[in-house]
Amino acid sequence: MQVTLKILRHDPAKNAKPGWQIYSLEAEPMDRVLDLLHKVKWHQDSTLAFRRSCGHGVCGSDAMVINGVNQLACKALVKNLGTTIQVEPLRGLPVEKDLIVNMEGFFAAYRAVKPYLINDEQPPERERLQSPEDRAVFDSSTKCILCAACTTSCPVFWVNGSYIGPAAIVQAHRFIYDSRDKGLRERMQALNASTGVWRCRTAYNCTEACPRGIPVTQAIEEVKRAMLYDRF
Amino acid sequence: MAHEHDVIVVGAGGSGLTSALYAAKQGVDVAVVSKLYPTRSHTGAAQGGIGAALGNVEEDHWEWHMFDTIKGGDYLTDQDAAELFCKEVIDAVIELEHMGLPFDRLPSGKISQRRFGGHTKDYGKAAVHRAAHAADRTGHMILQTLYQQCVKEGITFYNEYHVTDVIIEGGVAQGLVAYELASGELHTCKAKAIVIASGGYGRAWKTTSNAYTLTGDMQAILYRKGIPMEDMEFYQFHPTGLFPLGILLTEGARGEGGILRNDSGERFMERYAPTIKDLAPRDMVARAMYMEVREGRGVGTRKDHVLLDLTHLPAETIHKKLPDISEFAQIYLGVDPTKQPVPVMPTAHYAMGGIPTTLNGEVVIDGNNTVVKGLYAAGEVACVSLHGANRLGTNSLGDLVVFGRRAGIAAAKYAKEAEFYDFTSEVLGPTRERIEKILGTGNGPSVADLRAELQQSMQDRASVFRTESLLQEQTEVLKELFDKYEKVVVQDRGSKYNTELVEAIELGYLLEVAEATVHSCLNRRESRGAHAREDYPERNDKEWLKHTLVYKCPGNKVKFAYKPVVLGKFEPKARTY
Repeated sequence: MQVTLKILRHDPAKNAKPGWQIYSLEAEPMDRVLDLLHKVKWHQDSTLAFRRSCGHGVCGSDAMVINGVNQLACKALVKNLGTTIQVEPLRGLPVEKDLIVNMEGFFAAYRAVKPYLINDEQPPERERLQSPEDRAVFDSSTKCILCAACTTSCPVFWVNGSYIGPAAIVQAHRFIYDSRDKGLRERMQALNASTGVWRCRTAYNCTEACPRGIPVTQAIEEVKRAMLYDRF
Repeated sequence: MAHEHDVIVVGAGGSGLTSALYAAKQGVDVAVVSKLYPTRSHTGAAQGGIGAALGNVEEDHWEWHMFDTIKGGDYLTDQDAAELFCKEVIDAVIELEHMGLPFDRLPSGKISQRRFGGHTKDYGKAAVHRAAHAADRTGHMILQTLYQQCVKEGITFYNEYHVTDVIIEGGVAQGLVAYELASGELHTCKAKAIVIASGGYGRAWKTTSNAYTLTGDMQAILYRKGIPMEDMEFYQFHPTGLFPLGILLTEGARGEGGILRNDSGERFMERYAPTIKDLAPRDMVARAMYMEVREGRGVGTRKDHVLLDLTHLPAETIHKKLPDISEFAQIYLGVDPTKQPVPVMPTAHYAMGGIPTTLNGEVVIDGNNTVVKGLYAAGEVACVSLHGANRLGTNSLGDLVVFGRRAGIAAAKYAKEAEFYDFTSEVLGPTRERIEKILGTGNGPSVADLRAELQQSMQDRASVFRTESLLQEQTEVLKELFDKYEKVVVQDRGSKYNTELVEAIELGYLLEVAEATVHSCLNRRESRGAHAREDYPERNDKEWLKHTLVYKCPGNKVKFAYKPVVLGKFEPKARTY
């Protein structure tokens, strides 16, 4: 089948503004958008810049806006997108070139929530015990691949880029709800700040955008709840 | 720009992050250089588990694990490496748990374990539950946990920097050169010790489970500098690649009870490995699948693949224990594994061979274990040799943490006693010349066309089954590709995020590792583990119970040397399952 691929391209070194470039391609219904981007780069216009690595949705490199929705290019199939496919860089992060955005701020927000197990007690000689039920509580937030699809779909983040955003809060959730972790209060500083969880307006964009099926908004609500209960 | 760190680690996958973490704990200044962002590395794609004789589900012993590793490696495994590994991996798994890794749990609260290919109880009697797992995203959890710890430790990261050169003078590693993708700027970094942990090179083949970025960069850089590559003929093809894409479907699927079937629905592994059947080691299963297809028992309109059947398993098991691979089958093939069997065929997966090292990760350059001072390697890029001629499933994740830790600690200890060497920006010369040459070429083949030719030719002539004539042909193909590569052209002449230039440089690396691989395949006239020569179908311990060291020579030539296999507890025996 013939597909029209419209890519919002921008080389800030050359042009002040981004512009659409249109490519016509032969594609299969089961092709990934990543395959289309490669077809362009390898056979039509090799100056096109985008990130990718694993190619099957586990590394988080190739999140972008596809037909208006945040998706991973390697998990978005042509058969679900129609014959005109529009691709743009993630919104809310500075564009470096074409589909490549600057991820530094995103990772800074991640680091701010102290995304590591906090527990100063001497661990036992063997593993710490945890029941399957306790393990299940935070299962979905362990799936996060830090692709930024959620954070860059959030209208609050678009308006105020200093909001730590859903991805960072999911990371906080992963630890706050881990029965082995004791770090809720240490994480409060970032979560309770004016740029923290209370900015969330439950738009649910993040939940829809997550390529790993994490109920992101629910996780944010659960983090709010943990913080409230901690006060009493 | 010029930088300086006591220890610099190249690569941010499992072994790189482990090395960095343990080096930092020794109190030295550590930095990690990666061509990706952290957590993008391909350790994150590992699914099934990390094997360790914890004995949480049933009786298990490190000696049993050691035997399985050696037998799985078709007796080319160095037995001192296997012994140390099987003991230390138990602590390593516990340590990962203490770091916060969310392993699946048993009702007792202990870490859950599942069965995996080639892992047995009591020296081969039956399959054993040894693979500690976190659903089918164990590698993802290891990568995330290690990165979290690096964040906690405040380790410096140079993200999206491509290492282009390692400075080695007088047998001592002194630093490296890197190309910053964002700016096109070249950087030097002085280091007292360097740990290479940059992963494998599956992209030399057309069908692979490996990321686009796994192009053998550091193997090639060191190989060009005269450092040998060990056992490059042993490259693993994972049996269950999603057909035809090659995306990995974990062996854990068979560990949970999945069965491989041919066109008549027969469980064909019963004929090839009567005792452990579908849980035979990967080399044997991959060959069995090829044999089925070759003898006309393949599935599909072209009869070119077989099926992985999970339909007899409870849907709950599949959803809980194998959620990611179920999703892959759904998305990429439209197949629901709870209802339909999944088309699979072997996919290029893992390099047993690589940069030769000692048990502490020190890089060596000959059969006498002469060390390059200050240079270390760990993980898939290295060859200890733990995996011998064929790696067992789950032993790669164990390798990353056990030998990553050893290399990191050894590098830090060495760095504490060492001084920085003086070098100037002159060391940028060779990298600058290479980049200018590629950017300055006006007319010639494209990177994409040459790479496709390389990948197809490797697939056709140097994959699961090998013969003298096809390998010989492939050496000629490679010579031509090297010639064409001299004239490779890129269109993008910019300095910011010039990903085309990077792909061109990576293609050069792929050619080098392909050369080392094909010549090593041609040289070894026997069949052992993953190296199956149709013209020499038997294992030949008398002549070939030894490791290959391949050196690059001028004019597309190579020379060979050998290293004895470290034997011990387990005498080489016929390998049946």
